[in-house]
Amino acid sequence: MEQYLIYNTLSYPILSAVLVIPLVGALITLFLKGDGVLKSWGLLVTLVTAVVSLPLYMNFDPTTAKYQFAEVYRWFPALHLHFSVGVDGISVLLVLLTTFVMPLCILCSWSYIKERFKEFIFVTLLMEAAMLGVFICLNTVLFYIFWEAMLIPMYLLIAVWGGPRKDYASIKFFIYTLTGSVFLLVAIIALFIKTGTFFIPELMAHHYSYQYQMWIFLACALAFAIKIPMFPLHTWLPAAHVEAPTAGSVILASILLKMGGYGFLRFCLPMAPAATLTCMPYLLALSIMSIIFGGYLALGQSDIKKLIAYSSVGHMGFVTLGIFLLNVQGIKGAMLQMINHGITTGALFICIGIIYERTHSREIKDNSALGMMMPIYVTFLGVFTLSSFAFPGTNSFVGELLVLIGAFSKYKVVGFLAIPGAILAAAYMLRLFQKMVWADSDGHAHHHDDEHGDGGGHHVLADLNGREIVTLLFLTVFVFWIGLHPAPLLKVMDTSVTHLVDQVNTGMQHLPPMEHHHEHHAWLLQVGSLIKKLAVF
Amino acid sequence: MQLSLFLPELVLILMVVVLFFASLGKVKGGSLQGITLVFAAVATLAAIATFNQHGLMFYEAYRVDVFSQIFKVIITSSLFLVVYMGPGLSGVDSQLKPEYYLFLTISSLGLVFLSSAVELLTILLSLEISSYALYIVIPLRRQDGYRVQMEAGIKYVLFGAASTGITLFGISYVFGLSHSTYLSDLVKSIPGLLAGQPLAVIGMVMMLCGFFYKLAMFPMHFWTPDVYEGAANETTTFIATLPKVGAVALLLRLVFLAGVEVGQFTWVLATFAVLSMTVGNLAALVQNDLKRLLAYSSIAHAGYVMVGILSVGELGSSAAIYYIMGYVLMNLACFYVIYHLAPAGENVTFADLRGLHRRSPLLAFTLGAGAFGMAGIPPTVGFTGKFIVFTAAIQKGFYALVILGVINAAISAFYYLKMVRAAYSQEDELQKSKVALGMTARLLGVALILAIVLIGIFPQGFIDLAKQAVAVL
Repeated sequence: MEQYLIYNTLSYPILSAVLVIPLVGALITLFLKGDGVLKSWGLLVTLVTAVVSLPLYMNFDPTTAKYQFAEVYRWFPALHLHFSVGVDGISVLLVLLTTFVMPLCILCSWSYIKERFKEFIFVTLLMEAAMLGVFICLNTVLFYIFWEAMLIPMYLLIAVWGGPRKDYASIKFFIYTLTGSVFLLVAIIALFIKTGTFFIPELMAHHYSYQYQMWIFLACALAFAIKIPMFPLHTWLPAAHVEAPTAGSVILASILLKMGGYGFLRFCLPMAPAATLTCMPYLLALSIMSIIFGGYLALGQSDIKKLIAYSSVGHMGFVTLGIFLLNVQGIKGAMLQMINHGITTGALFICIGIIYERTHSREIKDNSALGMMMPIYVTFLGVFTLSSFAFPGTNSFVGELLVLIGAFSKYKVVGFLAIPGAILAAAYMLRLFQKMVWADSDGHAHHHDDEHGDGGGHHVLADLNGREIVTLLFLTVFVFWIGLHPAPLLKVMDTSVTHLVDQVNTGMQHLPPMEHHHEHHAWLLQVGSLIKKLAVF
Repeated sequence: MQLSLFLPELVLILMVVVLFFASLGKVKGGSLQGITLVFAAVATLAAIATFNQHGLMFYEAYRVDVFSQIFKVIITSSLFLVVYMGPGLSGVDSQLKPEYYLFLTISSLGLVFLSSAVELLTILLSLEISSYALYIVIPLRRQDGYRVQMEAGIKYVLFGAASTGITLFGISYVFGLSHSTYLSDLVKSIPGLLAGQPLAVIGMVMMLCGFFYKLAMFPMHFWTPDVYEGAANETTTFIATLPKVGAVALLLRLVFLAGVEVGQFTWVLATFAVLSMTVGNLAALVQNDLKRLLAYSSIAHAGYVMVGILSVGELGSSAAIYYIMGYVLMNLACFYVIYHLAPAGENVTFADLRGLHRRSPLLAFTLGAGAFGMAGIPPTVGFTGKFIVFTAAIQKGFYALVILGVINAAISAFYYLKMVRAAYSQEDELQKSKVALGMTARLLGVALILAIVLIGIFPQGFIDLAKQAVAVL
C-alpha cells in the first residue's frame, strides 16, 4: 500500500478534517435555533472547510502521481477494509471546487429558501461531506458509500425545497442514479473477489483479462454515464435541475455531474484499459451526440433553467469526449472543462435563482428587458454567458481548446463533429442573453411585484445587493483567472494525467493473448474499425 | 445438567407464569407493560450473561453455544423493544392485555427454544410453541367487526398448519434416509445423500418449508400481507421481527447440514431467494396500506437473507445474522412510526403519512432512516448487510444471483422512496395536528436512527460476534 501513498505531513490530518468539519457542523445544526443563526452557521462551516482545504493546493506536490496527504485507518478488518483517503492531481482540484462552491450555495439560498432552514443547512452540509468523501477516498467501498449516501441529501433538497414538479423530478433522479450505481456495487465486489483488495491504487495496478475488463467497464461506465449524464441517459438532469432550488441546481451542476467524469478517470480508464479502447468509438460517438443534442435542445427552450440544464449535457459531452480521446491534451482539457463548467454553470444557476426571486418565473419571456433595470446583474450575466460558450479569454475557452486539440490530433472527424456544438452554444446562450437584456418588453411585461421594488412601479426590479455581488464576483474572478492564466491548474494535474495515460497504454500491452477476444467481440471491433477508418480519412 | 445454561429460558418461563397469574386478576395495562419490560430486560441480560457458555442438555437435543446465545440476545432484546414501543397497547382490548403479553412471551419462548434446538422433533415442537401462541394473538384486535382480524387469524392458522405438515413430511424423508433426528448425525450423512439421492433434496426442501413460512419467504409467503394488515399494529411488529430471527437461526443450522458444496439443493434455495425478492418487490410497488407494503418488503428481504444463508461459510452465514439483525432494527423504525401515527390502533396509509415532517420531524426522520436503510442506501445497516451478503455470494460464484439481487434493490428503492416522499411532501390542505411524542418515545426514535446508522458504519464488532457464532455450527 505504501508505494502508492505519500502520508500527510501537515500539522493536522487535512483530509479527515475536510470530511469531518461539515459532518460535525451538520450535527451541531440540529441544536441551533433561529434562521439568521442557522444561515450564518452554515456559511461559517462551509467557509472554514474551504479555508482548511486550501493547503491541499498550496502544499500540493505536482511532481508526483502518488496520492498525497494520505491517511489510512483500520475500519472493517473482516473484509480487509481500510479507511483510506488521499488526493492526486485529478481529485485535488475537484475537492477544492467542492469546498469553494459550497459557501456560495449557502449564500445564494440566503433569501431563496424561505422555510425550514435547519433542515436545509443540515442537508447541505451532509451533502458537502458526502461529495468530498467521493473525491478523497481511495477505497472502492468508501467510494460507493459516499456515492450513494449523496443521493439522500440531494433527493431531499429537490423533494422538500423544489419546484412544482419536485415529486416527479426527485424520484426520477433517485431511481435513475441508483439503478446505474447498483451495478457499480457488483463490479466493486467482483474486483475484490478477484484481487482481495478494495484499495483503488492496487486495483489499478492489477491486470485483468479482456473479458473481465469488459464486464467491469460496462458495469462502471453505466453508473458514471448516468451521473455525468451522457446521451441518451441524460433525461433525469433537466427534470432535476428545473425543480431543484438554486442551491440544489448549483450543487448538481457544479459538483455532482463531475463525479461521472471523475469515476471514468478513476475506475474505467486505469482498471479496464483494453475495454476502454474497444468501447472508445462508441463513447466518442455518444459524446458528440451529447454535445450536439444538448445544444440543439437548449436552443428550443423557453425555460431558462431548462436551457442551462441542456447546455450542461452539451458541456459534459465535451468532458467525456476529452476523457475518451485517451491522450494527455484530451484528458487535461476534460479535467479543466469540469472545473470550468462547475464555475460557469454554477454561476448561471445562481443568476437564474436571483432573477427568480424577483419575478417568480423562470420563463424567458417573463424575464426580458432587464438591461435598464438591473445593470449590474446584466453585466455578470454577460460575463458568464461569454464563458459558457467558450469566448476567448474566459475559462471555458482554454478547456474546450485543449479538448479540441486532443481531438484533432487523434481523429480529425471527431474534432470537426464537435465544432457545431461550440457554435450551437454561442447561438443559444446569445439568444438567451439578448432576450433577457434587450428584448422588447411590450406586451409581456408581467413582472410580479417584488418586495424590494419601490411601491407603485410594477416594472422596477431591484438590482443586486451586496451579498449577491460578492457571490458572483467571486466566480467572475475565477472565470478570468483560469481564462487568462490556466498554467497553475494545468501544472497541478499534469503528472497525474500523464501517469494515467501511461497506465492506460501499458495496460493495453499487458493483455493476455489477443485472438481470444477477437472472436467474442468481432462485431464490436468491425464497427469500431469502420469508425476509425472514417475518422482518419 | 447445568442450570445456568438454561437461564434465559428460565426467566422467560417465570415471566409466563407471572403473566398467567396477572391474567387471572385485575392488573392495569401500564403496570403490566412495566412487568413485561422488566422481565424482557432481565431475559436479555441473562442471555448476554450466558453468552460464552456452551453445553448440551435434555438428551443432547438442546445445545447452548455462541450461535444460540446470539440469537437469544436478539430475540429477547427485540421482545423488549416491541413491548416498549406500543404506548399502552392501544390496538388490543384492555381486558385482554394480560393474555396478549402472555402469548407474546410464550411465542418468544418458543423462538428461544428454537435457536437452541438441535434435534428435529425438538425443533418442530419449539416451532409449534411459537406458532400456537401467535395463532391466538393475531385475532386479538380491538376494532368494529371482527372480519379483518379473524381473516388474518384463520389465514395464519391454515398456512401455519399446512407448512408444519409439509415440514413434518420432509422430516420423515430425512429421517428415513439418514436414520437419525440429531443434527450432529445428519451433518455427516446429509451431504452424501444430497449428492446421490434426489429424495434427500426434496426432503430437505420440504423440511425447510416451516421456516420459509416463519420467514415469509417464497413459496410460503402468501399469508403475509393479509396477516400484517389484519393484525393489530403491535402484533404485526412482533410477527415482522421475532419469528424471522428464529427462522434464520434454524435455516442457518439446517442449510449448514448440506455442507459447503454447491449442489441442487443450493440452486433450489437460490431460485426461491430470487423469486422471493422479485415477487415481494413487484407487489410492494402498488400497495397503499403501509403494513401491507412492509409485508411485501419483508418477503423481498427474506430473499436477501436467503442469499446469505445459502452462501454457506464463515462470511455468508455471519452476513445472514447481521442482515436479519439490521432488518429487525429497520422494521422497528418503520413500525415505531406507524404506532405513533395511529393512536387508536388503526392501519396507516400513504395519505396519513403526508406532511409528516411538519407534524413530527423526528418521526419523519425515523421513517426516512428505516426506509433508506431497507432500500440499501449507505451509510445504513441495510447497505452494509446487503454488501456483505453479496460479497459472500460472489465469493461462492453466484454472480447471476447477485445481479438479480441488485436489480431488485433498485426496484425496491421506488416504494421505499414513496414512503419518504409522502412523509416530506407539503400537503397544506391536510392540516393535521402535531404528533406529540413523550420523552421515552423520542429517546427510542433517536436510538433507532443512531443504531441504523452506526451499526452500518461500524459493522466489525457485530460481524466478529456473528463469526464466532457460525464457527460453532
